[in-house]
Amino acid sequence: MRGKMDKSELLHLSAVELNRAIREGKTTAVEAMEAVLEQIEKKDGQYNCYVTVAGDTALAKAAEVQKKIEAGELTGPLAGVPVAVKDNMCTEGLLTTCSSKILENFVPAFSAEAVLQLERAGAVVIGKTNMDEFAMGSTTETSAYGVTRNPRNPEHVPGGSSGGSAAAVAAEECFFALGSDTGGSIRQPASYCGVVGMKPTYGTVSRYGLVAYGSSLDQIGPLTKTVEDCAAVLETIASHDKKDSTSVERADTDFTSALVKDVKGMRIGIPRDYLGEGLDSEVRDAVLAAAELLQANGAVVEEFDLSLVEYAIPTYYTIAAAEASSNLERFDGIKYGYRAKDAAGLHQMYKKTRSQGFGPEVKRRIMLGSFVLSSGYYDAYYLKALRVKAMIKKAFDDAFAKYDCILGPVAPTTAPELGRSLADPIKMYLGDIYTISVNLAGLPGISVPCGADSRGLPIGLQLIGDCFNEKKLIQTAYTYEQCAKEGN
Amino acid sequence: MANFIDDRTIEYVGILAKLELSDEEREAAKKDMGRMLDYIDKLNELDTSGVEPMSHVFPVQNVFREDVVTNGDESEKTLGNAPEEKDNMFVVPRTFEGN
Repeated sequence: MRGKMDKSELLHLSAVELNRAIREGKTTAVEAMEAVLEQIEKKDGQYNCYVTVAGDTALAKAAEVQKKIEAGELTGPLAGVPVAVKDNMCTEGLLTTCSSKILENFVPAFSAEAVLQLERAGAVVIGKTNMDEFAMGSTTETSAYGVTRNPRNPEHVPGGSSGGSAAAVAAEECFFALGSDTGGSIRQPASYCGVVGMKPTYGTVSRYGLVAYGSSLDQIGPLTKTVEDCAAVLETIASHDKKDSTSVERADTDFTSALVKDVKGMRIGIPRDYLGEGLDSEVRDAVLAAAELLQANGAVVEEFDLSLVEYAIPTYYTIAAAEASSNLERFDGIKYGYRAKDAAGLHQMYKKTRSQGFGPEVKRRIMLGSFVLSSGYYDAYYLKALRVKAMIKKAFDDAFAKYDCILGPVAPTTAPELGRSLADPIKMYLGDIYTISVNLAGLPGISVPCGADSRGLPIGLQLIGDCFNEKKLIQTAYTYEQCAKEGN
Repeated sequence: MANFIDDRTIEYVGILAKLELSDEEREAAKKDMGRMLDYIDKLNELDTSGVEPMSHVFPVQNVFREDVVTNGDESEKTLGNAPEEKDNMFVVPRTFEGN
Protein backbone atom coordinates (compact mmCIF):
# COMPACT_ATOMS: atom_id res chain seq x y z
CA MET A 1 0.00 0.00 0.00
CA ARG A 2 3.08 2.32 0.23
CA GLY A 3 4.39 4.91 -2.16
CA LYS A 4 1.13 5.55 -3.97
CA MET A 5 1.78 9.28 -4.21
CA ASP A 6 4.68 10.94 -5.96
CA LYS A 7 6.59 13.59 -4.08
CA SER A 8 5.33 16.72 -5.80
CA GLU A 9 1.76 15.50 -5.32
CA LEU A 10 2.56 14.99 -1.64
CA LEU A 11 3.96 18.51 -1.22
CA HIS A 12 0.73 20.09 -2.50
CA LEU A 13 -1.31 18.52 0.32
CA SER A 14 -2.51 20.53 3.28
CA ALA A 15 -1.49 19.32 6.76
CA VAL A 16 -4.74 17.49 7.49
CA GLU A 17 -4.85 16.03 3.96
CA LEU A 18 -1.35 14.66 4.47
CA ASN A 19 -2.36 13.13 7.79
CA ARG A 20 -5.36 11.49 6.11
CA ALA A 21 -3.13 10.09 3.35
CA ILE A 22 -0.76 8.68 5.99
CA ARG A 23 -3.61 7.07 7.91
CA GLU A 24 -4.99 5.58 4.69
CA GLY A 25 -1.58 4.09 3.95
CA LYS A 26 -1.10 6.12 0.76
CA THR A 27 2.13 7.53 2.13
CA THR A 28 4.12 7.61 5.37
CA ALA A 29 5.46 10.22 7.79
CA VAL A 30 8.96 9.32 6.60
CA GLU A 31 8.09 9.84 2.94
CA ALA A 32 6.52 13.18 3.79
CA MET A 33 9.66 14.27 5.66
CA GLU A 34 11.88 13.06 2.82
CA ALA A 35 9.80 15.04 0.34
CA VAL A 36 10.06 18.20 2.44
CA LEU A 37 13.82 17.81 2.99
CA GLU A 38 14.32 17.35 -0.77
CA GLN A 39 12.25 20.45 -1.44
CA ILE A 40 14.39 22.40 1.06
CA GLU A 41 17.53 21.08 -0.63
CA LYS A 42 16.16 22.27 -3.97
CA LYS A 43 14.66 25.64 -3.00
CA ASP A 44 16.15 26.98 0.19
CA GLY A 45 19.42 28.08 -1.38
CA GLN A 46 17.33 30.74 -3.07
CA TYR A 47 14.62 31.51 -0.47
CA ASN A 48 16.56 31.07 2.81
CA CYS A 49 13.46 30.19 4.86
CA TYR A 50 15.43 28.14 7.38
CA VAL A 51 18.25 29.01 9.78
CA THR A 52 18.62 25.37 10.86
CA VAL A 53 17.33 22.13 9.35
CA ALA A 54 17.20 19.10 11.65
CA GLY A 55 17.72 16.63 8.75
CA ASP A 56 18.54 13.12 10.02
CA THR A 57 17.03 13.82 13.46
CA ALA A 58 13.77 14.82 11.76
CA LEU A 59 13.80 11.64 9.66
CA ALA A 60 14.42 9.48 12.72
CA LYS A 61 11.55 11.17 14.58
CA ALA A 62 9.28 10.73 11.56
CA ALA A 63 10.05 6.99 11.61
CA GLU A 64 9.13 6.79 15.32
CA VAL A 65 5.90 8.66 14.69
CA GLN A 66 5.02 6.39 11.76
CA LYS A 67 5.30 3.35 14.04
CA LYS A 68 3.01 4.98 16.60
CA ILE A 69 0.45 5.86 13.91
CA GLU A 70 0.48 2.25 12.69
CA ALA A 71 0.11 1.03 16.28
CA GLY A 72 -2.91 3.27 16.72
CA GLU A 73 -1.21 5.36 19.42
CA LEU A 74 -1.31 8.62 17.43
CA THR A 75 -4.68 9.38 15.91
CA GLY A 76 -4.84 13.19 15.73
CA PRO A 77 -5.02 15.30 12.54
CA LEU A 78 -1.37 16.42 12.70
CA ALA A 79 0.27 13.03 13.34
CA GLY A 80 3.14 12.48 10.94
CA VAL A 81 3.00 16.02 9.54
CA PRO A 82 6.33 17.92 9.18
CA VAL A 83 6.28 21.38 10.79
CA ALA A 84 8.64 24.38 10.65
CA VAL A 85 9.17 26.38 13.86
CA LYS A 86 10.13 30.04 14.07
CA ASP A 87 13.62 30.37 15.50
CA ASN A 88 12.48 32.25 18.62
CA MET A 89 10.85 29.14 20.10
CA CYS A 90 13.11 26.90 22.14
CA THR A 91 13.62 23.40 20.77
CA GLU A 92 15.50 20.95 22.98
CA GLY A 93 18.81 19.96 21.42
CA LEU A 94 18.22 22.11 18.32
CA LEU A 95 19.95 25.45 17.75
CA THR A 96 17.68 28.43 18.59
CA THR A 97 19.16 31.74 17.42
CA CYS A 98 16.30 34.30 17.21
CA SER A 99 18.19 35.17 14.01
CA SER A 100 20.69 37.03 16.20
CA LYS A 101 24.45 36.75 16.51
CA ILE A 102 24.09 36.91 20.29
CA LEU A 103 22.42 33.45 20.24
CA GLU A 104 24.57 32.02 17.43
CA ASN A 105 25.44 28.91 19.48
CA PHE A 106 22.46 28.54 21.85
CA VAL A 107 21.09 24.98 22.15
CA PRO A 108 18.10 24.96 24.53
CA ALA A 109 17.81 22.37 27.29
CA PHE A 110 14.01 22.35 26.89
CA SER A 111 11.29 22.90 24.30
CA ALA A 112 8.62 25.58 24.16
CA GLU A 113 5.23 24.35 25.39
CA ALA A 114 3.62 24.98 21.96
CA VAL A 115 6.29 22.83 20.32
CA LEU A 116 5.75 20.07 22.91
CA GLN A 117 2.01 20.15 22.23
CA LEU A 118 2.67 19.63 18.53
CA GLU A 119 5.14 16.81 19.19
CA ARG A 120 2.69 15.08 21.51
CA ALA A 121 0.18 15.20 18.65
CA GLY A 122 2.74 13.55 16.37
CA ALA A 123 3.87 16.52 14.29
CA VAL A 124 7.60 16.37 13.48
CA VAL A 125 9.87 19.44 13.61
CA ILE A 126 11.79 19.93 10.34
CA GLY A 127 13.88 22.87 11.50
CA LYS A 128 13.90 26.49 12.56
CA THR A 129 12.82 29.36 10.35
CA ASN A 130 14.42 32.70 9.71
CA MET A 131 12.95 35.88 11.22
CA ASP A 132 13.71 39.49 11.95
CA GLU A 133 16.28 39.57 14.75
CA PHE A 134 14.36 38.97 18.03
CA ALA A 135 11.14 39.46 15.99
CA MET A 136 11.89 43.17 15.58
CA GLY A 137 11.04 44.07 12.02
CA SER A 138 8.48 43.68 9.27
CA THR A 139 10.55 42.24 6.43
CA THR A 140 12.88 39.48 7.79
CA GLU A 141 15.73 41.70 6.57
CA THR A 142 17.11 42.36 10.08
CA SER A 143 18.13 38.69 10.48
CA ALA A 144 21.82 38.09 11.20
CA TYR A 145 21.60 35.08 8.88
CA GLY A 146 20.59 36.71 5.60
CA VAL A 147 17.28 37.84 4.16
CA THR A 148 14.45 35.46 3.29
CA ARG A 149 12.94 35.89 -0.18
CA ASN A 150 9.25 35.78 -0.99
CA PRO A 151 8.53 32.54 -2.90
CA ARG A 152 5.73 34.31 -4.83
CA ASN A 153 8.34 36.76 -6.18
CA PRO A 154 11.95 36.44 -4.95
CA GLU A 155 12.72 40.12 -5.56
CA HIS A 156 10.27 40.96 -2.76
CA VAL A 157 10.39 40.49 1.01
CA PRO A 158 8.27 37.76 2.64
CA GLY A 159 7.19 40.17 5.37
CA GLY A 160 8.06 39.72 9.00
CA SER A 161 8.93 39.03 11.56
CA SER A 162 7.78 35.43 10.93
CA GLY A 163 8.94 35.72 7.29
CA GLY A 164 10.77 32.39 7.21
CA SER A 165 7.71 30.53 8.50
CA ALA A 166 5.33 32.16 5.98
CA ALA A 167 7.77 31.66 3.10
CA ALA A 168 8.37 28.01 4.07
CA VAL A 169 4.61 27.32 3.87
CA ALA A 170 4.34 29.17 0.53
CA ALA A 171 7.38 27.35 -0.91
CA GLU A 172 6.07 23.93 0.19
CA GLU A 173 9.19 23.57 2.35
CA CYS A 174 6.89 22.47 5.19
CA PHE A 175 3.23 21.53 5.60
CA PHE A 176 2.61 24.19 8.22
CA ALA A 177 4.60 26.42 10.54
CA LEU A 178 4.53 28.16 13.90
CA GLY A 179 5.11 31.89 14.11
CA SER A 180 4.82 34.53 16.79
CA ASP A 181 2.90 37.81 16.54
CA THR A 182 3.70 40.89 18.64
CA GLY A 183 2.38 43.57 16.27
CA GLY A 184 1.40 41.64 13.15
CA SER A 185 4.34 39.28 12.77
CA ILE A 186 2.19 36.28 11.77
CA ARG A 187 -0.61 38.01 9.86
CA GLN A 188 1.50 40.36 7.74
CA PRO A 189 3.95 37.75 6.36
CA ALA A 190 0.99 35.40 5.80
CA SER A 191 -0.60 38.18 3.75
CA TYR A 192 2.59 38.89 1.75
CA CYS A 193 3.20 35.19 1.02
CA GLY A 194 -0.41 34.21 0.28
CA VAL A 195 -0.96 31.81 3.18
CA VAL A 196 -3.26 31.69 6.21
CA GLY A 197 -1.95 33.07 9.53
CA MET A 198 -3.61 33.55 12.88
CA LYS A 199 -2.80 35.37 16.09
CA PRO A 200 -4.99 33.92 18.86
CA THR A 201 -6.41 35.78 21.85
CA TYR A 202 -3.62 36.71 24.27
CA GLY A 203 -3.06 33.85 26.71
CA THR A 204 -4.50 31.09 24.49
CA VAL A 205 -1.13 29.55 23.58
CA SER A 206 1.54 29.22 26.26
CA ARG A 207 4.51 31.55 25.82
CA TYR A 208 6.74 29.21 27.84
CA GLY A 209 9.91 28.75 25.79
CA LEU A 210 9.11 31.62 23.42
CA VAL A 211 11.98 34.08 23.66
CA ALA A 212 10.18 37.19 24.89
CA TYR A 213 10.08 40.45 22.93
CA GLY A 214 7.01 42.36 24.18
CA SER A 215 5.60 39.97 26.77
CA SER A 216 2.20 41.66 27.09
CA LEU A 217 1.73 41.48 23.29
CA ASP A 218 3.50 38.28 22.15
CA GLN A 219 1.39 35.32 21.10
CA ILE A 220 2.29 32.13 19.18
CA GLY A 221 0.06 31.06 16.29
CA PRO A 222 -0.19 28.96 13.11
CA LEU A 223 0.83 29.69 9.52
CA THR A 224 -0.92 27.24 7.21
CA LYS A 225 -2.09 26.54 3.67
CA THR A 226 -5.80 26.45 4.57
CA VAL A 227 -8.23 27.68 7.24
CA GLU A 228 -8.96 24.03 8.11
CA ASP A 229 -5.27 23.49 8.94
CA CYS A 230 -5.24 26.74 10.93
CA ALA A 231 -8.09 25.51 13.13
CA ALA A 232 -6.49 22.08 13.60
CA VAL A 233 -3.12 23.56 14.58
CA LEU A 234 -4.62 26.11 16.95
CA GLU A 235 -6.71 23.38 18.59
CA THR A 236 -3.50 21.41 19.15
CA ILE A 237 -1.29 24.19 20.54
CA ALA A 238 -3.88 25.97 22.72
CA SER A 239 -3.34 24.94 26.33
CA HIS A 240 -3.50 26.21 29.86
CA ASP A 241 0.07 26.13 31.10
CA LYS A 242 1.08 26.64 34.73
CA LYS A 243 4.54 27.63 33.53
CA ASP A 244 3.12 30.78 31.89
CA SER A 245 1.36 33.02 34.41
CA THR A 246 -0.52 34.83 31.61
CA SER A 247 -1.89 31.57 30.22
CA VAL A 248 -5.71 31.58 30.21
CA GLU A 249 -7.81 28.56 31.12
CA ARG A 250 -10.51 28.17 28.48
CA ALA A 251 -12.84 25.32 27.62
CA ASP A 252 -13.76 26.35 24.08
CA THR A 253 -10.61 25.28 22.23
CA ASP A 254 -12.37 22.82 19.89
CA PHE A 255 -11.67 25.23 17.05
CA THR A 256 -12.24 22.71 14.25
CA SER A 257 -15.94 22.63 15.22
CA ALA A 258 -16.15 26.12 13.69
CA LEU A 259 -15.24 24.90 10.20
CA VAL A 260 -18.75 25.55 8.98
CA LYS A 261 -19.55 27.18 5.65
CA ASP A 262 -22.20 29.62 6.82
CA VAL A 263 -22.13 33.37 7.50
CA LYS A 264 -25.86 34.03 7.45
CA GLY A 265 -26.55 36.82 9.90
CA MET A 266 -22.85 37.28 10.80
CA ARG A 267 -22.46 40.99 11.62
CA ILE A 268 -19.28 42.31 10.01
CA GLY A 269 -17.98 45.85 10.46
CA ILE A 270 -15.41 47.50 8.19
CA PRO A 271 -13.60 50.42 9.89
CA ARG A 272 -13.66 53.42 7.57
CA ASP A 273 -10.36 54.37 9.20
CA TYR A 274 -8.83 51.22 7.62
CA LEU A 275 -9.75 52.24 4.07
CA GLY A 276 -8.34 55.75 3.97
CA GLU A 277 -5.06 57.41 3.12
CA GLY A 278 -2.06 55.18 2.61
CA LEU A 279 -4.03 52.13 1.50
CA ASP A 280 -3.05 50.80 -1.93
CA SER A 281 -6.08 50.87 -4.25
CA GLU A 282 -5.60 47.30 -5.46
CA VAL A 283 -5.51 46.08 -1.84
CA ARG A 284 -8.65 48.07 -1.06
CA ASP A 285 -10.49 46.64 -4.07
CA ALA A 286 -9.57 43.05 -3.17
CA VAL A 287 -10.61 43.47 0.47
CA LEU A 288 -13.92 45.10 -0.44
CA ALA A 289 -14.59 42.36 -3.01
CA ALA A 290 -14.09 39.80 -0.23
CA ALA A 291 -16.57 41.72 1.95
CA GLU A 292 -19.10 41.68 -0.89
CA LEU A 293 -18.70 37.93 -1.29
CA LEU A 294 -19.46 37.45 2.40
CA GLN A 295 -22.42 39.78 2.11
CA ALA A 296 -23.73 37.86 -0.91
CA ASN A 297 -23.61 34.75 1.27
CA GLY A 298 -25.71 36.23 4.01
CA ALA A 299 -23.39 38.30 6.21
CA VAL A 300 -24.55 41.73 7.34
CA VAL A 301 -21.74 44.07 6.33
CA GLU A 302 -21.42 47.78 7.09
CA GLU A 303 -18.79 50.44 7.50
CA PHE A 304 -18.20 52.20 10.82
CA ASP A 305 -15.72 54.51 12.59
CA LEU A 306 -13.37 52.60 14.89
CA SER A 307 -11.41 55.72 15.96
CA LEU A 308 -7.94 56.10 17.53
CA VAL A 309 -6.34 54.07 14.70
CA GLU A 310 -3.53 56.59 14.14
CA TYR A 311 -2.50 56.35 17.81
CA ALA A 312 -1.92 52.60 17.77
CA ILE A 313 1.59 52.72 16.29
CA PRO A 314 3.17 55.26 18.69
CA THR A 315 1.47 53.41 21.59
CA TYR A 316 2.79 50.08 20.39
CA TYR A 317 6.38 51.20 19.83
CA THR A 318 6.54 52.75 23.30
CA ILE A 319 5.22 49.64 25.05
CA ALA A 320 7.03 47.08 22.87
CA ALA A 321 10.36 48.91 23.16
CA ALA A 322 9.96 49.26 26.94
CA GLU A 323 9.24 45.55 27.37
CA ALA A 324 12.00 44.63 24.93
CA SER A 325 14.61 46.66 26.81
CA SER A 326 13.70 44.76 29.96
CA ASN A 327 13.34 41.30 28.35
CA LEU A 328 16.61 41.55 26.44
CA GLU A 329 18.64 42.40 29.54
CA ARG A 330 19.15 38.65 30.01
CA PHE A 331 21.50 38.50 27.02
CA ASP A 332 24.68 39.36 28.84
CA GLY A 333 27.19 36.72 27.73
CA ILE A 334 27.26 34.91 31.09
CA LYS A 335 25.31 31.67 30.82
CA TYR A 336 24.74 31.14 27.11
CA GLY A 337 25.19 32.69 23.70
CA TYR A 338 27.90 34.95 22.38
CA ARG A 339 30.49 36.47 24.76
CA ALA A 340 32.85 39.24 23.64
CA LYS A 341 36.54 38.46 24.03
CA ASP A 342 39.14 40.69 25.68
CA ALA A 343 36.84 42.64 28.00
CA ALA A 344 38.58 44.10 31.05
CA GLY A 345 35.90 43.46 33.69
CA LEU A 346 32.35 42.31 34.11
CA HIS A 347 30.67 45.52 33.00
CA GLN A 348 32.94 45.92 30.02
CA MET A 349 32.08 42.36 29.06
CA TYR A 350 28.32 43.02 29.27
CA LYS A 351 28.59 46.11 27.11
CA LYS A 352 30.90 44.64 24.51
CA THR A 353 28.93 41.41 24.27
CA ARG A 354 25.64 43.22 23.72
CA SER A 355 27.08 45.84 21.37
CA GLN A 356 28.71 43.18 19.20
CA GLY A 357 25.88 40.66 19.53
CA PHE A 358 22.79 42.78 18.72
CA GLY A 359 21.99 44.27 15.31
CA PRO A 360 20.97 47.92 14.66
CA GLU A 361 17.16 47.53 14.89
CA VAL A 362 17.41 45.65 18.19
CA LYS A 363 19.75 48.29 19.62
CA ARG A 364 17.40 51.05 18.43
CA ARG A 365 14.46 49.52 20.30
CA ILE A 366 16.47 48.73 23.45
CA MET A 367 17.69 52.34 23.56
CA LEU A 368 14.19 53.74 23.06
CA GLY A 369 12.77 51.35 25.65
CA SER A 370 15.45 52.23 28.20
CA PHE A 371 14.68 55.91 27.65
CA VAL A 372 10.89 55.70 28.05
CA LEU A 373 11.31 53.67 31.24
CA SER A 374 13.94 55.96 32.75
CA SER A 375 13.08 58.16 35.69
CA GLY A 376 11.70 61.49 34.58
CA TYR A 377 10.24 60.06 31.36
CA TYR A 378 8.34 57.01 32.65
CA ASP A 379 5.08 58.88 33.27
CA ALA A 380 5.21 61.03 30.15
CA TYR A 381 5.92 58.18 27.76
CA TYR A 382 5.36 54.72 29.20
CA LEU A 383 2.33 55.37 31.41
CA LYS A 384 0.84 57.65 28.75
CA ALA A 385 1.06 54.76 26.25
CA LEU A 386 -0.60 52.38 28.72
CA ARG A 387 -3.44 54.87 29.12
CA VAL A 388 -3.93 55.15 25.36
CA LYS A 389 -3.86 51.36 25.20
CA ALA A 390 -6.85 51.30 27.55
CA MET A 391 -8.66 53.75 25.25
CA ILE A 392 -7.89 51.61 22.18
CA LYS A 393 -9.21 48.52 23.97
CA LYS A 394 -12.40 50.45 24.82
CA ALA A 395 -12.86 51.42 21.14
CA PHE A 396 -12.76 47.73 20.22
CA ASP A 397 -15.17 46.84 23.04
CA ASP A 398 -17.63 49.36 21.58
CA ALA A 399 -17.19 47.90 18.09
CA PHE A 400 -17.76 44.33 19.28
CA ALA A 401 -20.99 45.38 20.95
CA LYS A 402 -22.25 45.84 17.37
CA TYR A 403 -20.27 43.34 15.30
CA ASP A 404 -19.18 39.70 15.37
CA CYS A 405 -16.05 40.46 13.34
CA ILE A 406 -14.14 43.41 12.05
CA LEU A 407 -12.95 43.11 8.45
CA GLY A 408 -10.13 45.01 6.76
CA PRO A 409 -6.78 44.75 5.04
CA VAL A 410 -3.77 43.15 6.77
CA ALA A 411 -1.27 45.66 5.41
CA PRO A 412 -1.54 48.88 3.36
CA THR A 413 0.41 47.40 0.44
CA THR A 414 1.59 44.08 -0.96
CA ALA A 415 5.16 42.90 -0.26
CA PRO A 416 7.76 45.63 -0.85
CA GLU A 417 10.91 44.96 -2.86
CA LEU A 418 13.96 43.76 -0.95
CA GLY A 419 16.18 46.52 0.40
CA ARG A 420 13.56 49.28 0.35
CA SER A 421 12.27 49.28 3.93
CA LEU A 422 14.98 49.56 6.58
CA ALA A 423 16.29 53.05 5.72
CA ASP A 424 13.20 54.77 7.16
CA PRO A 425 12.05 53.01 10.36
CA ILE A 426 8.97 55.15 10.97
CA LYS A 427 7.73 54.53 7.44
CA MET A 428 8.29 50.80 7.99
CA TYR A 429 6.41 50.95 11.31
CA LEU A 430 3.44 52.59 9.53
CA GLY A 431 3.00 49.36 7.58
CA ASP A 432 1.78 47.76 10.82
CA ILE A 433 -1.17 50.13 11.21
CA TYR A 434 -3.96 47.57 10.68
CA THR A 435 -2.41 44.74 12.69
CA ILE A 436 -0.84 46.41 15.70
CA SER A 437 -3.94 47.45 17.67
CA VAL A 438 -5.08 43.80 17.73
CA ASN A 439 -2.06 43.00 19.93
CA LEU A 440 -2.60 46.05 22.14
CA ALA A 441 -6.18 44.90 22.80
CA GLY A 442 -5.27 41.19 23.14
CA LEU A 443 -7.68 40.23 20.33
CA PRO A 444 -7.57 37.32 17.89
CA GLY A 445 -6.90 38.13 14.22
CA ILE A 446 -6.60 36.01 11.09
CA SER A 447 -5.12 36.71 7.68
CA VAL A 448 -6.62 34.88 4.69
CA PRO A 449 -5.48 35.21 1.06
CA CYS A 450 -7.94 37.28 -1.01
CA GLY A 451 -6.34 37.60 -4.41
CA ALA A 452 -3.29 39.28 -5.88
CA ASP A 453 -2.31 42.68 -7.26
CA SER A 454 -1.47 43.35 -10.92
CA ARG A 455 2.12 42.21 -10.28
CA GLY A 456 0.90 38.88 -8.94
CA LEU A 457 1.76 39.65 -5.30
CA PRO A 458 -0.70 38.16 -2.78
CA ILE A 459 -3.18 40.30 -0.84
CA GLY A 460 -4.45 39.35 2.62
CA LEU A 461 -7.86 39.84 4.17
CA GLN A 462 -7.84 40.43 7.92
CA LEU A 463 -10.65 39.41 10.24
CA ILE A 464 -10.50 40.56 13.85
CA GLY A 465 -12.65 39.14 16.63
CA ASP A 466 -13.43 39.98 20.22
CA CYS A 467 -11.34 38.19 22.87
CA PHE A 468 -12.04 34.41 22.87
CA ASN A 469 -14.08 34.62 19.65
CA GLU A 470 -11.66 32.70 17.41
CA LYS A 471 -14.51 30.45 16.32
CA LYS A 472 -16.38 33.32 14.66
CA LEU A 473 -13.17 34.23 12.82
CA ILE A 474 -12.54 30.67 11.74
CA GLN A 475 -16.13 30.24 10.55
CA THR A 476 -16.07 33.51 8.59
CA ALA A 477 -12.60 32.86 7.15
CA TYR A 478 -13.55 29.29 6.21
CA THR A 479 -16.75 30.43 4.53
CA TYR A 480 -14.87 33.09 2.57
CA GLU A 481 -12.15 30.62 1.54
CA GLN A 482 -14.68 28.01 0.37
CA CYS A 483 -16.88 30.53 -1.47
CA ALA A 484 -13.87 32.13 -3.16
CA LYS A 485 -12.62 28.68 -4.22
CA GLU A 486 -16.00 27.76 -5.69
CA GLY A 487 -16.28 31.17 -7.33
CA ASN A 488 -19.54 32.16 -5.64
CA MET B 1 12.85 68.07 15.49
CA ALA B 2 11.06 68.93 18.69
CA ASN B 3 12.94 66.38 20.77
CA PHE B 4 16.66 67.08 20.86
CA ILE B 5 18.68 64.25 22.34
CA ASP B 6 22.02 65.53 23.62
CA ASP B 7 25.26 63.63 24.27
CA ARG B 8 24.60 63.38 27.99
CA THR B 9 21.19 61.75 27.47
CA ILE B 10 22.47 59.24 24.95
CA GLU B 11 25.38 58.42 27.28
CA TYR B 12 22.92 57.84 30.15
CA VAL B 13 20.60 55.68 28.03
CA GLY B 14 23.64 53.69 26.88
CA ILE B 15 24.46 52.93 30.52
CA LEU B 16 20.88 51.83 31.22
CA ALA B 17 20.77 49.71 28.07
CA LYS B 18 24.28 48.31 28.65
CA LEU B 19 25.28 49.19 25.12
CA GLU B 20 28.52 50.73 23.97
CA LEU B 21 27.91 52.71 20.81
CA SER B 22 30.54 53.74 18.29
CA ASP B 23 30.68 57.46 17.44
CA GLU B 24 28.76 56.79 14.26
CA GLU B 25 26.11 54.70 16.03
CA ARG B 26 25.78 57.35 18.72
CA GLU B 27 25.04 60.12 16.22
CA ALA B 28 22.52 57.89 14.42
CA ALA B 29 20.89 56.93 17.73
CA LYS B 30 20.50 60.59 18.75
CA LYS B 31 18.71 61.36 15.50
CA ASP B 32 16.65 58.16 15.55
CA MET B 33 15.48 58.60 19.10
CA GLY B 34 14.59 62.24 18.52
CA ARG B 35 12.47 61.29 15.53
CA MET B 36 10.78 58.44 17.37
CA LEU B 37 9.96 60.65 20.34
CA ASP B 38 8.54 63.31 18.01
CA TYR B 39 6.33 60.63 16.61
CA ILE B 40 5.34 59.28 20.03
CA ASP B 41 4.48 62.83 21.12
CA LYS B 42 1.40 62.40 18.94
CA LEU B 43 -0.13 60.67 21.96
CA ASN B 44 -0.23 64.04 23.71
CA GLU B 45 -3.10 65.01 21.40
CA LEU B 46 -5.26 62.70 23.50
CA ASP B 47 -6.68 63.67 26.85
CA THR B 48 -6.00 60.63 29.02
CA SER B 49 -6.82 62.17 32.38
CA GLY B 50 -8.88 59.77 34.42
CA VAL B 51 -7.86 56.79 32.27
CA GLU B 52 -6.14 54.02 34.23
CA PRO B 53 -2.93 52.69 32.64
CA MET B 54 -3.63 49.21 31.26
CA SER B 55 -0.63 46.91 31.52
CA HIS B 56 -2.56 43.75 30.71
CA VAL B 57 -5.85 43.34 28.87
CA PHE B 58 -7.01 40.69 31.32
CA PRO B 59 -6.82 41.01 35.09
CA VAL B 60 -3.70 38.89 35.56
CA GLN B 61 -2.48 37.87 38.98
CA ASN B 62 0.55 36.15 40.33
CA VAL B 63 0.21 32.41 39.95
CA PHE B 64 1.53 30.50 42.94
CA ARG B 65 2.48 26.84 43.09
CA GLU B 66 4.30 24.61 45.53
CA ASP B 67 8.07 24.78 45.28
CA VAL B 68 8.52 21.21 44.09
CA VAL B 69 11.15 20.05 41.62
CA THR B 70 9.45 18.59 38.55
CA ASN B 71 12.41 18.33 36.19
CA GLY B 72 15.63 16.38 36.66
CA ASP B 73 19.19 17.56 37.00
CA GLU B 74 19.87 19.53 33.84
CA SER B 75 23.12 21.17 34.95
CA GLU B 76 25.14 19.43 32.26
CA LYS B 77 22.84 20.62 29.48
CA THR B 78 22.73 24.10 30.98
CA LEU B 79 26.49 24.34 31.33
CA GLY B 80 26.81 23.04 27.78
CA ASN B 81 25.76 26.52 26.67
CA ALA B 82 28.24 28.35 28.91
CA PRO B 83 30.70 30.58 27.03
CA GLU B 84 33.28 29.51 29.64
CA GLU B 85 32.97 26.85 32.31
CA LYS B 86 35.17 25.39 35.05
CA ASP B 87 34.39 22.72 37.68
CA ASN B 88 30.66 22.79 37.00
CA MET B 89 30.51 26.60 37.31
CA PHE B 90 30.21 29.56 34.95
CA VAL B 91 33.46 31.48 34.54
CA VAL B 92 32.99 35.26 34.48
CA PRO B 93 35.44 38.15 34.14
CA ARG B 94 36.78 39.82 37.27
CA THR B 95 33.88 41.41 39.13
CA PHE B 96 35.57 43.27 42.02
CA GLU B 97 38.60 45.49 41.86
CA GLY B 98 41.58 45.13 44.17
CA ASN B 99 43.10 41.95 45.67
